[in-house]
Order: sequence, then structure tokens, then C-alpha cells
Amino acid sequence: MAELQLADIIKPENKVYGKSKIMTDTPLHYCYGCSHGVVHKLIAEVIEELDIQEETVGVAPVGCSVMMYNYIDIDWMEAAHGRAPAVATGYKRVNPKKYVFSYQGDGDLAAIGTAETMHAVNRGENIVMIFINNATYGMTGGQMAPTTMVGQVTSTSPYGRNVDINGYPLRITELLAMLPGAAYVTRQSVHTPANVRKCKKAIRKAFENSAKNIGTSFIEVVSTCNSGWKIDPVAANQWMEENMFPFYPLGDLKDGERDSFEQFSVQKLKK
Amino acid sequence: MGELRLMKGNEVIAEAAIRCGCDAYFGYPITPQSEVMETLMARMPWEETGMVVLQAESEVAAINMMYGGASAGRKVMTSSSSPGISLMSEGISYMAGAELPGVVVNVQRGGPGLGTIQPSQADYLQATKGGGHGDYRLIVLAPSSVQEMNDFVDLAFELSFKYRNPAMILTDGVIGQMMEKVELSDFKPRWTDEEVERLNGSWAATGKKPNRERAIKTSLELVAEKQEIINQGFQAKYKKMQEEEVRYEMIHCDDAEYIIVAFGVSARISQKAVDLLREQGHKVGLFRPITLYPFPSKIINQMADKVKGFLSVEMNSGQMIEDILLAVSGKTKVDHFGRMGGVIATPGEVVDAMLTKLIGG
Ligand SMILES: Cc1ncc(C[n+]2csc(CCOP(=O)(O)OP(=O)(O)O)c2C)c(N)n1
Ligand code: SF4
Repeated sequence: MAELQLADIIKPENKVYGKSKIMTDTPLHYCYGCSHGVVHKLIAEVIEELDIQEETVGVAPVGCSVMMYNYIDIDWMEAAHGRAPAVATGYKRVNPKKYVFSYQGDGDLAAIGTAETMHAVNRGENIVMIFINNATYGMTGGQMAPTTMVGQVTSTSPYGRNVDINGYPLRITELLAMLPGAAYVTRQSVHTPANVRKCKKAIRKAFENSAKNIGTSFIEVVSTCNSGWKIDPVAANQWMEENMFPFYPLGDLKDGERDSFEQFSVQKLKK
Repeated sequence: MGELRLMKGNEVIAEAAIRCGCDAYFGYPITPQSEVMETLMARMPWEETGMVVLQAESEVAAINMMYGGASAGRKVMTSSSSPGISLMSEGISYMAGAELPGVVVNVQRGGPGLGTIQPSQADYLQATKGGGHGDYRLIVLAPSSVQEMNDFVDLAFELSFKYRNPAMILTDGVIGQMMEKVELSDFKPRWTDEEVERLNGSWAATGKKPNRERAIKTSLELVAEKQEIINQGFQAKYKKMQEEEVRYEMIHCDDAEYIIVAFGVSARISQKAVDLLREQGHKVGLFRPITLYPFPSKIINQMADKVKGFLSVEMNSGQMIEDILLAVSGKTKVDHFGRMGGVIATPGEVVDAMLTKLIGG
């Protein structure tokens, strides 16, 4: 049998996978096994497929993804810790035709930025919000996050999260799904190829919603932080499935559009 | 001649914003400046000019909404009073770091803490030395009349875009609340998308274009040597402001032996004190810094060669006096008179202070 040449294999018709044109060539700084890179890739693919590179502006958080603007080839704003939804609001309000998305970790979105998160969704801002819940503060070295599981060991809960001292893990996505401003609220993961595909569909739907002005689209991605958790990537995926999924179940929490609220609007006060 | 009206300072801020083509106002209610947003909401400028007015959930959110709107190359503003400005300081620092324009109005009240709702000038140091963390400065304009509340909105936008730096209108509860005759500015249309692209396209995040580098509005640079270069750029900008943007007013300073230095409402009170002192035969003048940053140091230094003393009159414990002392460099006497906690000094008290602290002393 003739030896197979490389040139015979690398042909356009054999291509099964490629890097999105919207991803830059900058190598990702994330740890191996980290979910951030996978979600970046999905966002880039969606922007490419919808052909909205010029119309899309992202808001990067403070956290491990603080420099995500190095990877996705669009215009960006880098917000202060927790303030991404307010920054996205300000941009979207003066530029309503643009696609604006924020991208935040659990510390950023559900601790220091809780107010900005709740109110952006409650106003029904026509933005896409992407929430990476890895149950820890990755960037600062694996401290306890609002979403850290009960019993989970972190550098600031070295004996495991204790509800008497630290309170409970926060299911902020459930809270947001109750808000009338939300159009689409979903919880996804990217730990298997099937889940990656589902998550991409969700991101695509969120961007499409944003053009329809039907309210906020919010996607939580239950994620791993193997460095912060101090286990290897495979074990991290398994730990997430076994421990996080029961408390943070995957699936849609709301899929529609923001409420009209007609039944609750009141008469003007008579003077 | 523009349209003449009798209006409150705070209402004029709102009207001037609409007329100068402001794109968005983000704010949170606080006394003594809530009339700014109330006036805007009642005027509904979104119907007229397309200007956005949004009540934010906090001052923290408001300033970060400004960060977003300014990143788009748009004219955005907010207003608040002292406690709210403290909350905004984080966002102001980020805007300065990302070199974003925008106008912040501080209608000062007495502090510290919740303090009082009465007027004050106790945020002078906060305003002129940056306020938030890091080595940055704001352009700080101090109106002393309702007319200047009108005029300085447009000027603040002009300067903040020229230097791509946030500008602050530092006023107080008196100027915000008092009614005076004002000649309103003529309407300027808001920038169209094309104008934003033409004027600010070189830096604003208006969506990645094939013909330019993409815009990334950030204050982050982790490499110390690069961050130092960025900081040197800021300092060069501030130096240029010091050379080109100093503004002040001089009243009876030509023959003056003693000079009162005062801004905002203190300048109004001191002007009366100067008249009273002149009636008594004392050659006293008033020097009113209009830009508190850049501070008119050079001219004060020159005057220090000729006069016997400066009296800094401020509604605080003595904050601007630090800048006057630096400017005077020991050439002549400098003293301070001020009331604190929201108390407004009377012209008589200023006269007494001048007589006891400088002329008689
Ligand atoms: C005002 C402020 N407080 C604290 C920090 C320090 N800090 C940086 S990132 C971070 C936590 C980020 O965690 P998370 O949002 O969960 O994102 P991850 O790194 O896990 O992706 C903290 C506390 C900061 N930059 N600014
Ligand atoms: S520390 Fe955690 S979140 Fe950060 S890059 Fe590493 S794995 Fe990802």
C-alpha cells in the first residue's frame, strides 16, 4: 500500500473542524481544561455564523476572562469588577442597534455585581449576559464564591463551606428567571461535545433574541476551574457532574419574552 | 440673544444637557440635586432629541453606564451629590484609566458620611486630586452662577472630549437650588452615527471596522513598564491642560493689596465682602478660579509678588488653601476662612476674617 502523504489528508473536502475567523491567533492564557476557552469559541462561532462582527460589542469582566478581548476579534469594553451589566446597559441604550453582550464569572456577576445583574435583567435590557459559574474565584487563586457548594473546600473555606458561617450557595439564575425583564434564561455546560453543541444553540438564540428587542437573554454555563479546585481536568468534570448538577440543574428556566405587565399597571394617582 | 428664563441651577443643568446635544444621562436621586433628573424626565428629551435618560439602581451603576455610553463615543453625563460621588469614584477612575470622556456634576452637600443636605465645598480635594484610586485628574469647573451652570455643561463636554478625560462640574447646594436669570444656549443637534464615526472613530468602540484596529476600552495593562508609559501619557495630557485650559476671573485685583481666593458660592459671598472692605478703604480684590483643575497656580504665583496676603474662603476646613500655598511658595501670607458642615458664611464674617487674619494681623 502506498504511504499516505500529508497533502492527501489536508484537503478542504476533508475538513471537519476549523477555528472561527472571529477568534484571534493569540494563544489563550487559560489553564488546560478550563471552560472559559470553550465558551469563548462558541461566542466567536455564533458571531461569525450570524455575520455580526461589526455590529457586536462585548463587555469583559474582572476575573480569569478579564483579557478575553484578546481572543475574540470585535470591539470591547473592559468593565470594573461586577459592573459589566451596567456598562452593557449604557452602551446598548445609546446604540440600540448593536449586539451587546457581557461575560462574567460567579464572583463578578453574583457577588460584587449582584445589584447590576439583577437590575439589568429586571429592566429587560436587550443584551446577552453570559455567566460562567465555576463555583470559585479562579483569578485570585480559588477563594470561596457565592456559588461555592456547601462543604466545598476553597482557600477561604479551607474546612469546606459552612452554611452557619458562609451562608448558602446562590442560585442566581433561578432568581433572574423570576424577573419580568428576562426573555430567555437557561443553564448549560460545556463538558461533553453534546453539551457544547447545546450551549452553542443557546448562545445563538440569545444573540438572535437581542435583535428582536424582547428582553434580556441570560446563559449560565456550569463550569470547571480545575486549577482553583486543585484537581485534574477529567476529575473536575466528574466532580461538577456529581456535585454541581444536582444543585444547578441544566436546562431552560424561561424561554419567551419579557412580560407586558399590563395586569399590574396602576392608574395615575389623583391629586 | 438666547432664550431668557428664570430657573434653578439644577434645572439649568438638565436643560443645558439637552441643548448641547447630550446623548444620555444616567443618575440616581440625591438631595440637593434631584431636580436634574426630575427636569429631564419631565422634559422627555428622548422625544425631542433622542437623548436617553435612565434612572439607575445606584450611583455605581450610573457611572458604569456612562463608561458604556462613553465607550461608544457618545456624550454622556451624570449628576449627584457628595455621597453619590464617593460611590462613583471607582467608575470615574476606570473612565480616566480608559481615557473616556463624560461629564459628572457634583452638587456638593456637607459631609463626611451622610453629613447634611445643606450646601458645602468639602469635596474640593476629592474632585481636584482625582477622588478614586490611581494617578489621575479630572477637569474640574466651578460655576458661581446659574448662568455658568448653563455655560459649563457644553464647556465640560468640549474639554472632556478634547482630552478624552472625565470632566466634573463642581458646584454646591446653593448654586443648584437658587433661581437666577439665565440665557439658555441654543440647541445643538446630537451627533449622528456618521459624526461619531468621523469625530471619535479613531478611539470609540463603534463596532470593529475592516479599516481600523479594533477598539478596546480598558484601563488594564499588567506589564509595569507599559503601564508606566500609559501613565506618562496621562501626565502629558494633564500638563497640557495646565498650559492651555486654566480659567479664572479677577475682580478689583489690579490695585489690590489683599486678595480673597474663592470659587462657586463662596466667590459670590466674597464679592460682597470685597465691596464692603473697599467701602472701608481697604484695597481688596477677588480672585475666582473657574478651573479648579487645572488650578491657576501660575497667576497666583505672579500676584504673590505684589500683594500682602491671600485669604482662601471656602465652605470647608481649608482645602483649596493647599493649592494656594503651593502656588504662593512662601512669597506672602496665606490664610483661610471657612464654615463647615453646610453652614453658609456671611459677607460680614468674611470681612472680619480678612481684617483679623490679614489686614490687621
Ligand atoms: C473591586 C475589586 N475587588 C476585588 C478584586 C479582585 N478580584 C479579581 S478577580 C476576582 C474574582 C473573580 O472571580 P470570578 O468572577 O468567579 O471569575 P473567575 O476568575 O472564576 O473566572 C477578584 C475578587 C478586583 N479586581 N476589584
Ligand atoms: S484558574 Fe480556573 S477559571 Fe481561571 S483559567 Fe484556570 S481553570 Fe480557568
